[in-house]
Amino acid sequence: METKLPKLVRISIIGLGNVGRGVAEVIRRKQEEIKRKYGIYLKIVGVADLPGAVVDENGLSEDAIRKFKSRETTEDMTTLDMIKDVEHEIVVETTPTNVENGEPGLTHIITALESDRHVVTSNKGPLALQYGMLMDLAAKKGKELKFEASVGGAMPIISLINDNLAGNGIISIKGILNGTCNYILTRMREEKLPYKHVLKEAQERGIAETDPSNDVAGRDTAVKLVILANSIFDRNVSYKDVEVSGITGITSEALKLADGAGYVIKLIGEVDGGSSGECLKVAPRLVPKDDPLNVGGTLNVATIKTDLAGDITVIGKGAGPIEAASAVLSDIIGIYM
Amino acid sequence: MKISMDIELTDIPGQLVLALKPVSDLGGNILSVLHQRDKKTPSGRIPVQLTLEIEEQGLDRLVERLKERDVNVVRIGKERLKESMMVLLIGHIVHTDLGETIDSIDSTGFAEVVELSLSMPGVDKKSSASVTLSAIGKEELKEALNILERTVNKKGIMIIPSI
Repeated sequence: METKLPKLVRISIIGLGNVGRGVAEVIRRKQEEIKRKYGIYLKIVGVADLPGAVVDENGLSEDAIRKFKSRETTEDMTTLDMIKDVEHEIVVETTPTNVENGEPGLTHIITALESDRHVVTSNKGPLALQYGMLMDLAAKKGKELKFEASVGGAMPIISLINDNLAGNGIISIKGILNGTCNYILTRMREEKLPYKHVLKEAQERGIAETDPSNDVAGRDTAVKLVILANSIFDRNVSYKDVEVSGITGITSEALKLADGAGYVIKLIGEVDGGSSGECLKVAPRLVPKDDPLNVGGTLNVATIKTDLAGDITVIGKGAGPIEAASAVLSDIIGIYM
Repeated sequence: MKISMDIELTDIPGQLVLALKPVSDLGGNILSVLHQRDKKTPSGRIPVQLTLEIEEQGLDRLVERLKERDVNVVRIGKERLKESMMVLLIGHIVHTDLGETIDSIDSTGFAEVVELSLSMPGVDKKSSASVTLSAIGKEELKEALNILERTVNKKGIMIIPSI
């Protein structure tokens, strides 16, 4: 930074679920550190949830956000009015993923870009359905649309490829992009328990959702793969183009047979640039125990095959409010670096 | 073609070089030599295990030339299928004609099912199997996997290939 005064960056957060609240918390926790290290002062001037938005140009306190979330206070305006009319630089979009039509996130992102605001999102739906259109709009407006949190949670993959691996040709990416499936397969193998039993355990521990079908049928992995295919490989694909099979049919006997031969079974998403056969696939695969893709628990992992750097493997926490917020925060800072 | 060969040399210096020369003369490639100098056969010869690659038509001439040089060839093992991979199958593997599933690979002439372990937890339950496919080359192995995928997909069996 050339000037001594920190640059004020005003932020709105749309969607006060786990990720949105996580973002509010890390901004509060890191405000001073970010000001000192990067010379930018992050201020949350509005938050929005289902009823609408509350705003405060002097910055919303932790208490004000909590009270609004628990409906103790009412909204000041609609979400779209906040995006359009409240002066701020960045819209953080963290509403839940909807792969049917991308809403409400899609409208939020379009409105934000059209109102000349940068967008940082963890929402996979709009990206999986309308990536090309959204990037074109962002480019036309000269604004950033960043989405590191949408793939692999805290695990850096998009900025890793775009920044640190700049100059490399990316040949393929394969990895575990869903922590719930990884947890289930890991536990089935370790405890020699059947799928249904472990699924129930995962639900009790809050690792799997009540309706786990998005995760276990491979759909969540497929959506992330579409984002990688479009953003890293410049392919123009949508969710329907992915060949998907999930983990519901995996038996503990199969895991045992694999184990005896030196393998584990993992739900692997694989995408390439097209030259080696246009791969876009989610399926259970045998992974040698000594392969870097063999990580346990709820971890995510990806091996990026490049033409210069060879294989690069990243491992990290794929889910969790603070972990996802870490990716959102790095996107926010990245806009000003 | 990959060949493993056990030969025996007379116990005088220079015999190993003498035995290996015909391999390169005939365009072959030596992959490994296990020369156990301190071990001797009952007839006082030195056993050597060779692994080499050579064209199939060159093999007879190689054996002839070794004999001319007083090298005993005691065993020749042909390892035609060089590439292998394991896949898992889950489903009603036995009752959907396991024999035909295996035949779909064996009948190709370039690939075979070389190992199969089956786990059958109960009469009505799905079985799981690990299957090792071997083929004469990488491309052929890929093709064998495609054939197996097509065959088991028709039978409603899930296939899990390696990465």
